[in-house]
Amino acid sequence: MIHTRQLRRTFKGRRSTVEAVAGVDLDVTGGQTFGFLGPNGAGKTTTLRMLSTLLPVTSGEATVAGCDLRREPAKVRQRIGYVSQEGSSYSEVSGRRELVIQGRLYGMSGPAADKRAAELLETLELTDCGDRKTKTYSGGQKRRLDVGIGLMHLPQLLFLDEPTTGLDPQSRARMWDEVRRLRESGTTVFLTTHYLEEADALCDRIAIIDHGRIVAEGTPEELKREIAGDVVLVGPEGPPERARDVLKGQDFIRELTEEDGALRLYVDRGETAMPQIIRLLDGAGVTLSALSLHRPSLDDVFFRQTGRSLRETAP
Amino acid sequence: MKLLRDTWLMFVRYFLIFIGNPAWVIIGVIQPVLYLLLFAPLLKSLVHIPGFPPGGAYNVFVPGLLIQLGLFGASGVGFGLIDELRSGVIERFRVTPVSRLALLLGRAGRDLLTLIVQSIILLALAIPFGLKPTWIGVLVMLGLVALIGLGMSSLAYSAALALKDENSYAPLVFTLSLPLLLLSGVLLPLQLAPDWLQHIAQVNPLSYAVTAARDVFNGNGGSIDVVKGLAIMAALAVVGVAIGARRFSRAIA
Repeated sequence: MIHTRQLRRTFKGRRSTVEAVAGVDLDVTGGQTFGFLGPNGAGKTTTLRMLSTLLPVTSGEATVAGCDLRREPAKVRQRIGYVSQEGSSYSEVSGRRELVIQGRLYGMSGPAADKRAAELLETLELTDCGDRKTKTYSGGQKRRLDVGIGLMHLPQLLFLDEPTTGLDPQSRARMWDEVRRLRESGTTVFLTTHYLEEADALCDRIAIIDHGRIVAEGTPEELKREIAGDVVLVGPEGPPERARDVLKGQDFIRELTEEDGALRLYVDRGETAMPQIIRLLDGAGVTLSALSLHRPSLDDVFFRQTGRSLRETAP
Repeated sequence: MKLLRDTWLMFVRYFLIFIGNPAWVIIGVIQPVLYLLLFAPLLKSLVHIPGFPPGGAYNVFVPGLLIQLGLFGASGVGFGLIDELRSGVIERFRVTPVSRLALLLGRAGRDLLTLIVQSIILLALAIPFGLKPTWIGVLVMLGLVALIGLGMSSLAYSAALALKDENSYAPLVFTLSLPLLLLSGVLLPLQLAPDWLQHIAQVNPLSYAVTAARDVFNGNGGSIDVVKGLAIMAALAVVGVAIGARRFSRAIA
């Protein structure tokens, strides 16, 4: 659905040239929900604006929804929907009218646009406020309307730029449901976020971008495994030396550190390592007071790839 | 065909937004009405000064007033665009296959219609004061206002797209429109001005529109000045639309 090779965008300032996107390779398969993760200023929005024809590409190749981005931007526009970070409705117009004009601009007839708008208001639970001006909408209602506007012409591919930034937890959960529903309906979704739990919860695949470059790419599970598999905490009764000697040198343990009388083991797959650990220690007569499996989060992945915590860089 | 359809869709959108706030039609007319009430009477005592154009105070002043309405009315349209730019609507439209020219023409069409309605109101209000309109005069007058509106609002939209911010748009527009007004001969005929001032005024396209408007209101419908005024305003409109269309089609980064 999206393929890019060495996609690049530079901005010329008065004194210097800033490379906002420095050679990005992406492959997004149809039907996937793809997450684009990174701190502010990493190049997320710039990439998104290039892929949605808003910003000319400096260099590189890209096909979006089967069309060449640079040669056939008009065809790309017909096939994609784009929901920007800032929102997209005007305060003095009703939600229904925003939806209808959007459909008409894609070539729909008046009755067809009316019908589709009513459908969308229904599914997005906006029927009650559909005929009010959007300045009366809550943050969550406005954001759902934005998504509706992007979906009006039934695009194959929907770009969502930070769909939940600034929303309260309930509205965020509501938006997550919406994204999941899109995935079920077969729409490819390309979303940017700086919330790790959002990417983890919604996305089939994730790419992490930092300073205009992709630093990691894969399924959330793969990325988390890449960091050093799972973490197993072993708490033996008494001093840990005996347990350490038993476990040291075992092939399935990548790394072993000792802290506060407990052992922290980095393993490839926690679910197969746990029984082995128990068998080994039991065989050596070591009794355990604690044993736990901890899966690395995307925070760990991000930290490993960029050397910074995403939470520190988020606004 | 697509251009016409898209322009119509945009025109209807902005017309409905405008109708939602009918107060603006009235507010736009109030300023010229104040000139009519509080300024035009001063001209009555100047009518006999050598160099003052023929036709009486109101037939000289009202045509100029309509040109001023066109200039000021059109220069304010950028505020609405900046508002929309900020709310993300323009970016949203630019991702659709809509014709870029239609984004400009739909809005400018709404502005044009507003100006025509305001001009007719103003002309009707001026008749009791002593304006003696002719049909041909009114028609040419509305044509001039329409061309100025189209050209000036396109330029105003270009400025709004370039600046993206009211705080820099407002001073720019007011600073530019004041000399355009003073050097157009709207308030007092340029025939009364010293030579050097008349020479400077010659580079102001609006001064030709004012001269044309006065001529046609005072029975010189076929004069070369009327043709010149219309031609220059048409050129202004073409240049304005060309610049505006280019701005709308370029990336708003």
